[in-house]
Amino acid sequence: MSAADPLIVADRLTKHFDLSRGRKVHAVDGVSLTIHEREIVGLVGESGSGKSTFGKALVGLLPKTAGTVSYRGEVLPQTYKVADFRRHATAMQLIFQDPYSSLNPRMTVGEIIGEGLRLHRRLSAGDIREKVASWLRRVGLEPDHMSRYPHEFSGGQRQRIGIARALILEPEFVVCDEPISALDVSVQAQVVNLLEELQASMGLTLLFIAHDLSMVRYVSDRMAVMYLGSLVEIGPAAEVFFNPRHPYTEILIASNPQPDPQIERKRQAIALSGEIPSPVNVGAGCRFAGRCPFTMDVCRSVTPQLLPVPDHPDHFVACHLDR
Amino acid sequence: MTAIEATPPLLEVEDLRVEFDTYGGTVKAVRGVGFAIEAGRTLAIVGESGCGKSVTVQTLMGLVPMPPGRLTAGRARLRGRDILGPQSADAEEFRGNEIGMIFQDPMVSLNPTMTVGRQIAETLEVHRGWSRHRAFARAIELLDLVRIPNAAQRARQYPFEFSGGMQQRAMIAMAIACEPAVLIADEPTTALDVTIQAQVLDLLAELQRTEGTAIILITHDLGVVARMADEVAVMYAGQIVEHGSVDDIFYRPAHPYTVGLQAAMPSNRSGAEHRLQPIEGSPPDLFSPPVGCAYAARCPHAMRICAERDPPRFYRAAGHFGRCWLNHDAVPDGARILRAAAAGPTVETDR
Repeated sequence: MSAADPLIVADRLTKHFDLSRGRKVHAVDGVSLTIHEREIVGLVGESGSGKSTFGKALVGLLPKTAGTVSYRGEVLPQTYKVADFRRHATAMQLIFQDPYSSLNPRMTVGEIIGEGLRLHRRLSAGDIREKVASWLRRVGLEPDHMSRYPHEFSGGQRQRIGIARALILEPEFVVCDEPISALDVSVQAQVVNLLEELQASMGLTLLFIAHDLSMVRYVSDRMAVMYLGSLVEIGPAAEVFFNPRHPYTEILIASNPQPDPQIERKRQAIALSGEIPSPVNVGAGCRFAGRCPFTMDVCRSVTPQLLPVPDHPDHFVACHLDR
Repeated sequence: MTAIEATPPLLEVEDLRVEFDTYGGTVKAVRGVGFAIEAGRTLAIVGESGCGKSVTVQTLMGLVPMPPGRLTAGRARLRGRDILGPQSADAEEFRGNEIGMIFQDPMVSLNPTMTVGRQIAETLEVHRGWSRHRAFARAIELLDLVRIPNAAQRARQYPFEFSGGMQQRAMIAMAIACEPAVLIADEPTTALDVTIQAQVLDLLAELQRTEGTAIILITHDLGVVARMADEVAVMYAGQIVEHGSVDDIFYRPAHPYTVGLQAAMPSNRSGAEHRLQPIEGSPPDLFSPPVGCAYAARCPHAMRICAERDPPRFYRAAGHFGRCWLNHDAVPDGARILRAAAAGPTVETDR
């Protein structure tokens, strides 16, 4: 791993949503994560684990309940005001999961992609058109697509439009929130290759949120696993995927079917019973204790800390078994 | 052996052709699809969006509105009896009774205004003529069978009170209520997390083991295919372009499209990595399908004949065919091209 400088540092980032009668949804609970320049960090977890909320809180789309996010050493505001968005949106962007609902159907593709330039850069209409045209080419579309509307495009093409919109301001850090989940396999490969090319040519830093574990392993330098609002494991992507240390990571990876019938025939059924519990008013102890096959007494009372695995200084796990 | 060959397959589909009339013209969505399936076996149908895999099974279930849809040719027989077209007088008796179906999106497939138990019971009231009371009691048993905790209480709840995984189990309970001989599952786990997907797939496999149900599984996830399928039909532009055992499809593919789908996914072989190879271009326009092979425009190995003549089925072994001219004897290195492509350009990486 390169000794690049940290670009984004989340320190005990917490996001709770208030419900009625004092109940709270602990969507993200004290997550600390450092993302280095030009690094791709993959974030996996089941629906409801808080991975999208974490991504949105990082770029300021959600106010933080506690904890901080710093960008190049500067602590970002807890709640963004208009001026904060103006200042930081050019450096941090988001690519959304659903290429259907995330593009305004009443705007042309040219307006959608050029909107960031209009708001943040003093450019003439002609210059904006020129930049939008060059970005359309860069993401594999045609400049004359500019005057069309989103409904005229397929899912893969729309995701390319979303990518062009996010990258036209040349941000440094991009949160990709499930950018390929809604696409066909062959189109997924197109979009992933495009993201990789742009990441290399622009020196982007990415947080790649997905639930396709094989794809996250393929794309990422490091892989982080989230469960019920906390990070349970993080380390080099191949190491986490092939040598998982947390029982939850192990079950998650074993549940991921491999495109290889021989491997699948040898597989033992280890399907995880039950479902992710409600994140409302979570108590002490390990959050996975209720579903874990190896639960001990200590798991129910003491919350395990994310600590390095012996002899693997860049692989961290939050589990009492590993002590 | 001869006795087995003499009995007709459980479900047999021959040369199915479905068209849709639209303002833009006639879409030839399914262009001559045929397959057979035996009890206790799983056939996976794979392919991209728009390849006709869902229309094929929806036609079997009588779910394609006609018009605008039109069945122009083909027949489907369950235990030798026609279930499609004018010959089949008692089609309603099969659908939902002997053939059950699980839909992709349980949230929109369940009726939000009825309790889950009542929806399951309705199937039994319609097909079996059971009383409301008896059908509801059976619905609770079925929810228990698909491992929904507190089934009696859950049966009285509405779909919105169920999580995505539980809704999909409720759909399975509904589909198997009449103990169908054939269960059609259209992308049953696409909307689910991997852990819940594993639970649902295990449940389907167990039902098959205990009841001998034949399963037609529609998916675009090759991992799910590798886990569940005995046989695989690969569909492209309304046709089955390759059909074989699951091992044939993964280890001895006979069509470049099958190879392309595999090369577009990460392999997960430790230490070995190939760059993802997307299939460039997009599927052909089914308003006027090409004269030759439908895949020729995207195929890296296309020859002149591919654009001129539609390839027939080339059998590589009993039950394994590919509709690709590379399998023809006159193409001396055709088999080698497919084999080399299947292995993929494997390079070591330091990731």
